[in-house]
Amino acid sequence: MAELRAPDECGVPDPAPFMHPTLRKNYGKWVFHSHPKPGVLYHRAESGDEVWTVKFGTARQLDLYTIRLLCDLADKHADGHMRFTARSNVEFMVTTESKIDPLIKDLNSHGFPVGGTANSVSMIAHTQGFLHCDIPGTDASGVVKALMDELHDEFIKCEMPNRVKLSTSCCEINCGGQADIAIIMQHTKPPKINHDLVANVCERPSVVARCPVAAIRPALVNGKPSLEVDEKKCICCGACFPPCPPMQINDPEHSKIAIWVGGKNSNARSKPTFHKLVAAGLPNNAPRWPEVAAVVKNILAVYKADAQPWERMTDWIDRIGWPRFFEKTGLPFTKFHIDDWRGARTTLNASTHIRF
Amino acid sequence: MAKKMHDTPMLDQLESGPWPSFVTGLKREAATKDIMVDLLGQLETSYQTKKGYWKGGTVGVFGYGGGVIPRFTELKDENENPVFPDAAEFHTLRIQPPAGMHYDTATLRKFADIWDKYGSGLIGLHGQSGDIMMQGCSTANVQPAWEEINAMGFDMGGAGPALRTSMSCVGAARCEMSCYDEAKALRTVINANIDDMHRPALPYKFKFKFSGCPNDCVNSIQRSDMATIGTWRDNIQVNEQQARDYMNGHGMDKLVNDVISKCPTRAITLRNKADAVSGDSISTVAVDDQHVMQIENHDCVRCMHCLNVMPGALLPGKDKGVTILVGGKSVLKIGATMGTVVIPFMKMETEEDFEKLNELSRSIIDFFAENALEHERTGEMIDRIGLVNFLEGLDLDIDANMVTHPRANPYVRMDEWDEEVEKVSERKAAA
Repeated sequence: MAELRAPDECGVPDPAPFMHPTLRKNYGKWVFHSHPKPGVLYHRAESGDEVWTVKFGTARQLDLYTIRLLCDLADKHADGHMRFTARSNVEFMVTTESKIDPLIKDLNSHGFPVGGTANSVSMIAHTQGFLHCDIPGTDASGVVKALMDELHDEFIKCEMPNRVKLSTSCCEINCGGQADIAIIMQHTKPPKINHDLVANVCERPSVVARCPVAAIRPALVNGKPSLEVDEKKCICCGACFPPCPPMQINDPEHSKIAIWVGGKNSNARSKPTFHKLVAAGLPNNAPRWPEVAAVVKNILAVYKADAQPWERMTDWIDRIGWPRFFEKTGLPFTKFHIDDWRGARTTLNASTHIRF
Repeated sequence: MAKKMHDTPMLDQLESGPWPSFVTGLKREAATKDIMVDLLGQLETSYQTKKGYWKGGTVGVFGYGGGVIPRFTELKDENENPVFPDAAEFHTLRIQPPAGMHYDTATLRKFADIWDKYGSGLIGLHGQSGDIMMQGCSTANVQPAWEEINAMGFDMGGAGPALRTSMSCVGAARCEMSCYDEAKALRTVINANIDDMHRPALPYKFKFKFSGCPNDCVNSIQRSDMATIGTWRDNIQVNEQQARDYMNGHGMDKLVNDVISKCPTRAITLRNKADAVSGDSISTVAVDDQHVMQIENHDCVRCMHCLNVMPGALLPGKDKGVTILVGGKSVLKIGATMGTVVIPFMKMETEEDFEKLNELSRSIIDFFAENALEHERTGEMIDRIGLVNFLEGLDLDIDANMVTHPRANPYVRMDEWDEEVEKVSERKAAA
């Protein structure tokens, strides 16, 4: 073991040496921005320095050819620097306006869509899925690729009332996060338990403690210590599956996809909001998930046609009301839309505020 | 040359279409790497059966207890042998990027070279917590790959019940809304507590996120246990030339409908120049020769909307700082929770200010470590014990900005009312 090198606990690197020199020079001294065209941002500093950012989409899961290609393009056009956004878009910064169009042309010729700025549908925040997760109900990169193919136009144009953030998650833990439209796996059947394995694989008390509705209890099954689930209480959330893989929650047929809308983390106008359930029961239909795409595109089309400028999804629904959201999108409002989790009473309409 | 590719009819369908295809990328790597040939085989199987086939395990590097996500295949034949043996181990190394995710091409090329040598050739930029995800590594290659990455000056990220990799927005590097040095705050807090990242010993994960203004571009309020969000106390700054430019470009209709009427607290009024009011808390800017826009800053909640719509014309004030919100998290176990205010405002300019933030962060991690139940996030702990117990444990002063509205029910024991009023009066007198 002597040859093992002790780690250098260097922590988070200082971004300054990696930063585009114009950003570094004007750090904290920016005074103005504008949006000359889709995919391009303009920023001006107090010093008068100007920088144009060209933003474009990637697959997020990048092969080395693509990474080296990005480096070649950044060396050629953008002084050898780039940055990534929280939604896996890449930003190249240039300091001369005339460099923008040749850069965009080069990016497009290599298949990178330029866009994702301002009132666009930006890249979908997503998770690992079948590729690397230990508890996935579906894939992540595949769902995103299929959807972004459908939403490509909305990424490269900026014609939405305000920005639209999407996310996908392969289970209800929702690692993809809150979004204007979130696409989330929803299990509909309790876990199937392999009682032969539970005693050896699972720390039973912590699995019992993990259940949000206290539906799991220790039990002796076929003479072996195991766990059992009160299926009437079970909400099929899958929280027991990560600490106890023999409690299989994923079901190729019955794990469905649900759509949630109106999440927003920005404080602009209204306070930040969580997304709300609008549709469920959609099939996990790889490799292109057409049923999911149809619902998402429909919601986006209605929002685009109906919302006022600067209204995010939640602002728009706040104005028109949920009944009209369901009416306009044609989505059915069911008993499952009425919350019965803790705090649910605050989600009921305790008023005569009703739009006719 | 790698071994022969498996048939992947379902994945092949994800190679067409205008968006960049990860499948095409994986196939490029599979041309030279057996691990990627077999990864594609397993992924195609998942697409066919709609099942995942990875399980975790214990893989790490010398000196650290976390940061590697181990993945072993569970797709075995009747003799318990992996169906896709070259991808039977497909671990991920989580690496912390520079704050703000800035790179030069030399650094990215070095990462690519290391992953060519030791890994599958698949790098995720970035994970949902902001990590560089070096995916697809055999158990044997984890240590040597890590040593080369570490020698570049990069450190492992967080996994498990630990301090997690953090994120900050582009902020001061390229945004006029930035109210503090986000990258400095991130590095101050994370690097001072790095031991809790590398040696997981907390009740559950703990995340910090840093946004430069209330637009919260890294979603700190929903995605972090402690959110540091930039804000300001004084009046919104104005620039008349930019305001007039906005009017010239957009007109009065847009000014009224997009800016003024969308102010959530009706803090903005459009007035004839002659009717303009004056006062210490009012920002005034002429939008044309007849009209001024006036903002009553005491009524403004710093939502950012008008600044977003009229960039440059309206800017954050000069007395900048941060608001601290605690308890944001996703669904497990009680449902998603939003961070809530525990410090309405603190300055974030001097070294002492950053040190105060660091001390606060340390105290919150310590309180969490001592008081949370196993697998309980900070937001859930606060939900269980009540915000007041959390504040008292941390010696933080209560503030009316911490609530949407005061208590609406009488179910509380209040026999210490007079003492509490006394405390509040003393605090007021001392301020």
